[in-house]
Amino acid sequence: MTSPADLTIHEAATLLREDALSAVVLTEAVIERILAVDNDVRAYLTLTPEAALEQAAQADALRAAGVTLPLLGIPIALKDNLSTRGVPTSCGSRLLEGYVPPFDATVVRRLKEAGAVLPGKTNLDEFAMGSSTENSAFFPTRNPWRLDRVPGGSSGGSAAAVAAGEALAALGSDTGGSVRQPAALCGLVGVRPTYGRCSRYGLVAFASSLDQVGPLTRDVTDAALLLSVVTGHDPCDSTSLPAAPFDSTAVLWTDDLRGMRIGVSPIGDSAGVQPDVRRAFDAAVDTLAGLGAEMMTVSLPHSESALPAYYLIAPAEASANLARFDGIRYGYRAKAETLEELYTRTRGEGFGAEVKRRLMLGTYALRAGYYDAYYRKAQQARTLIRQDFEAAFAQVEVIIGLTSPVTAFPLGERVSDPLRMYLADIFTLPQALAGLPALSLPCGFDADGLPIGLQLTAPALEEGRLLRVAYAYEQATPWHIQRPVRS
Amino acid sequence: MPMTQEEVRQIAALARLALTDDEIVLFQEQLSAILDYVASLQELDTHQIPPTATVLPLHTVLREDVPGSTLPQDEALFNAPQAQAGCFRTPPIIVKE
Repeated sequence: MTSPADLTIHEAATLLREDALSAVVLTEAVIERILAVDNDVRAYLTLTPEAALEQAAQADALRAAGVTLPLLGIPIALKDNLSTRGVPTSCGSRLLEGYVPPFDATVVRRLKEAGAVLPGKTNLDEFAMGSSTENSAFFPTRNPWRLDRVPGGSSGGSAAAVAAGEALAALGSDTGGSVRQPAALCGLVGVRPTYGRCSRYGLVAFASSLDQVGPLTRDVTDAALLLSVVTGHDPCDSTSLPAAPFDSTAVLWTDDLRGMRIGVSPIGDSAGVQPDVRRAFDAAVDTLAGLGAEMMTVSLPHSESALPAYYLIAPAEASANLARFDGIRYGYRAKAETLEELYTRTRGEGFGAEVKRRLMLGTYALRAGYYDAYYRKAQQARTLIRQDFEAAFAQVEVIIGLTSPVTAFPLGERVSDPLRMYLADIFTLPQALAGLPALSLPCGFDADGLPIGLQLTAPALEEGRLLRVAYAYEQATPWHIQRPVRS
Repeated sequence: MPMTQEEVRQIAALARLALTDDEIVLFQEQLSAILDYVASLQELDTHQIPPTATVLPLHTVLREDVPGSTLPQDEALFNAPQAQAGCFRTPPIIVKE
């Protein structure tokens, strides 16, 4: 009954080291699972099984030669906004359908150098704009826990793939919550690293001051492993921090949280939090206190400004970044007589509704005469949000809250109401605006058996604290062991 | 604050987006609702608060000026919708009136 496709990275790595498993057998199990479930889940946009089996055979040859690498022979899925040399990268958009990058994103190169096997590219909301993966131009992805529910977004394909055993782990990108929210809705661990910790080179840009690559994994140990591979300074990205890669050996791997000061950010009454999600959060606070942590309430008074600020800043940056999609050098080109017509028709026909909405919003916010009232005001709100965190972290080491106010919602429920969809991100935006590392991990299930996510936030470059607290919590709770039941 | 259809058309022109009449009606309604929501920021006291453009402590980033390899022409043109004589081909840029 159990398949190697359901192993964690560290479990598989142990079996590979002991020669109780080969990379080819592991990769075959993952491909077999994809063939069995992906007609329903639809996590992948592009599959590369032949290349994956070749990478697995190479990994086995290296293993036989005594080579050890952190991800040798481990199948990892990639969100389809990460550039992959020779493999289509569509960003879930008609506009980039068939585009084949001539280079690898730095994080992809790092995975390859670490020996990873890459089975394919996963579905996403078009250009990572969305919270349900329903904004993909190709098809929606479904939540493996219940196929009538969304997997979250925008990294919904990556999250669904890992939850369904179609990869052992995945990379996603998080601009306003796009790794953490799907991790929460699919029962996974998802990390948004400190801004600048992961290279953005080769990540197709959405909002440059916010975009970060992050891992989606089945447990905290795997998240640490993947972070240690993909983080680190990159001269190809001028916003890359000159900091050493994340060092998982420096994390205190213990179930004892004595002496750790954890701030609880109270859940307001207005946020539309599902009652059983609220109960799971209260229980998580008790669990952490039981592990010896000193719990105290912290106040982040400007969090309510995060949503309006984000939906001005991110679209404004997107309106500049997505200007490159003009039908000249790559992607879709509409029929046109003049250059102007070529631009407007290519973009009008090539982009989907949500992307167009955000480009319009961003263009509006940056327009002469409106800049101070919208964009500058949002940037000032961003400063206030950062200052809230600075004040809170003078008292505590980690802050806990919820990742999403609700569990996985039904497909179609929010997609026609953009503002309601934006509210799905309400708890994940402050960290993104402040550039802070944050992690989501499972903290229970609702009445329908759908996963609930707990969110931890730490000061810049303190991912180690997130992993320490998350690991201790994970050791004390059974949530991460559960897998979706396949019918 | 509601956006007029004329404003939607102006913004679409600035964003180089050809919209259908249906899209103009839909976006007028949806963007008005979103702008109404983000208008809550106006109540925030931001007197003497500096704006945050980036959270990074970095300023101008320089690296060693070392020659490297560049993308070969055939690879650069590989994804072009239309290419000719080693160049990207476009419709006429200057049109006679």
